[in-house]
Amino acid sequence: MSQILTAPAGTRERGAALRRIPVAAWVVVQFALLVLSIVTAVTVGPADITVGEVWGSVLSHLGIGDTSLTALRDGIVWELRMPRVLTAGAVGAGLALSGTVMQSLTRNSLADPYLLGLSSGASLGAVAVILLGIGLLLPVAAFLGALAALLGTLLLASAAGSLTPTRTVLAGLAVSSFFGALVSLVIFWTASGDAYQEILSWLLGSLAGARWPAVAISVGAIVVVGIPLMLTGRTLDAFTFGDNAASALGVGVTGTRWMLLTATALLTGAMVAVSGSIGFVGLILPHMVRLVVGQRNRAVLPLAALTGAVFLIWIDTAARTVFDPRELPVGILTAVIGAPVFALLLLRARRFS
Amino acid sequence: MTSTPLLSPSSSAAAAVTEADADAALTARDISFTRDGRLVVDGVDCTIPVGAFGAIIGPNGAGKSTLLHLIAGILPAGTGASIDFDGSDLLSMRRRDRARMLALAEQHGDTDTALRVRDVVMLGRTPHIGRWRSEGPTDRAIVADALDAVSMSAFADRVFDTLSGGERQRVQLARALAQQPRLLLLDEPTNHLDIRAQLSLLSLVRAQTAAGLTAIAALHDLTIAAAYADRIIVLADGRVVTSGPASEVLTADLIADVYGVRADVLPHPRTGRPVIAFDTDS
Repeated sequence: MSQILTAPAGTRERGAALRRIPVAAWVVVQFALLVLSIVTAVTVGPADITVGEVWGSVLSHLGIGDTSLTALRDGIVWELRMPRVLTAGAVGAGLALSGTVMQSLTRNSLADPYLLGLSSGASLGAVAVILLGIGLLLPVAAFLGALAALLGTLLLASAAGSLTPTRTVLAGLAVSSFFGALVSLVIFWTASGDAYQEILSWLLGSLAGARWPAVAISVGAIVVVGIPLMLTGRTLDAFTFGDNAASALGVGVTGTRWMLLTATALLTGAMVAVSGSIGFVGLILPHMVRLVVGQRNRAVLPLAALTGAVFLIWIDTAARTVFDPRELPVGILTAVIGAPVFALLLLRARRFS
Repeated sequence: MTSTPLLSPSSSAAAAVTEADADAALTARDISFTRDGRLVVDGVDCTIPVGAFGAIIGPNGAGKSTLLHLIAGILPAGTGASIDFDGSDLLSMRRRDRARMLALAEQHGDTDTALRVRDVVMLGRTPHIGRWRSEGPTDRAIVADALDAVSMSAFADRVFDTLSGGERQRVQLARALAQQPRLLLLDEPTNHLDIRAQLSLLSLVRAQTAAGLTAIAALHDLTIAAAYADRIIVLADGRVVTSGPASEVLTADLIADVYGVRADVLPHPRTGRPVIAFDTDS
């Protein structure tokens, strides 16, 4: 063939240099950063405990040496800070993973657990337990709520025709509004005094109540659901050009979509149960990671999880310390930081991709 | 670019097929599909010899795309249907196995993805790579070959979104070739392409059929279909009106019947294939 086609010079997209760094290297770096964040964040706090004392306490609970701290101060480190940092990490990872999967499956860059109604469903489940005294475990109720919202969204979307991305998102909006209204109704009907306060901070998203049971729920969900989800990158990529293309690549479209969305409901339900509705993590983190490593989900999924964990650990550390002695619900901070960052991402994406 | 193509059929698929006989073909029987109560594809039978380039033509809404999707197993082909390709029953095959035997290249002019060209083509390896495994050097070599086959190697690191329509269509063809199919389905591959891009894309497909690949393309332009296809299937209202070599099928009467327009069918001065001259004066 006579015409030799060459890429015009200077059209290489920005970030190409970053993208030549192997994904494995990014994972190692981010994992190291996560470990460093956990061991550092746990030393940050108002109780005037030194770094050395914090580590004496942690090591003693791991069976190495003795702590020099009093029982009260030891309790602050081991019963309050440590579980809170670990829960923040797990919740950040879980929300970022759920967002990544939903954005790929619905081929909508604005999709996340909130958009498809899962978070309001989970909220309703949790509120029903706390205020109405429904006899279910909190995380189970939150998962059932998330699943009900997901089913509502998908059934509504498929009743209106085939499950197109647009219909799915619109149905999610309807379901989300409905469950959100029910949550508000339940709160205003029943809440008074402390309960009102508790529910408000819970709805805004807060990790203040995270103890070891919260660690068990959130880290458990990451191990059981999150890690398998991280390995589905190739399947998610097959959806790039739509359902027909995925099907022609040998992917069972309907089954895969239900399986992955149910997994995100499980993950979201577990995270909302321990932290409330923390927004913007599932929306922002996948985009940040894509700007650096590109679009392939096999790279994006594990890195979004690790980055989400580091992100939420530090945001929550800021939420509990920056305005000391006042503590902010962490969801306020993620929204304050997340919304402008997201706007920036949109502008950058317009210009460079 | 060399015209020696390239991607041999995957060895497992080749092993499944015993001695290819002279009559080996894609044979579809009694294919039907109903959408919203309307029979979009109505008992279609068609046969394309292995290694041939088949074109499906017909007016908008004739069922061309649906027929391709039915052959690809994306839509259920109805009870009593059978689709046999070179001795393999496509309908009873597992989805993943089928995806190693046939590939579908659709038109994706408007898809937003910031995937790089190389990664788009790597999608074609999906049915070949184990679910929990990474792509290997073999996969990367096949992707490089596929890009080379469509003269897009220089674009490997470009973002798909930044390509022109013709370039995107070549990348979609490369993705399909990276699937190492023995049967290639193309859904209106030349839509919105300028004439040079159309001819070059269909020449690439013909080079592949010369190497043993079987291709079926839904096409709009009758003269282009006549110039490239070994066999033409004419579809109208979900039924096959007629099928056969272009010179037998494309007659003034048929064009009047199917499209409702008058035209003269002339022989191409050099190839002898039909050239359609539409009557635009009446």
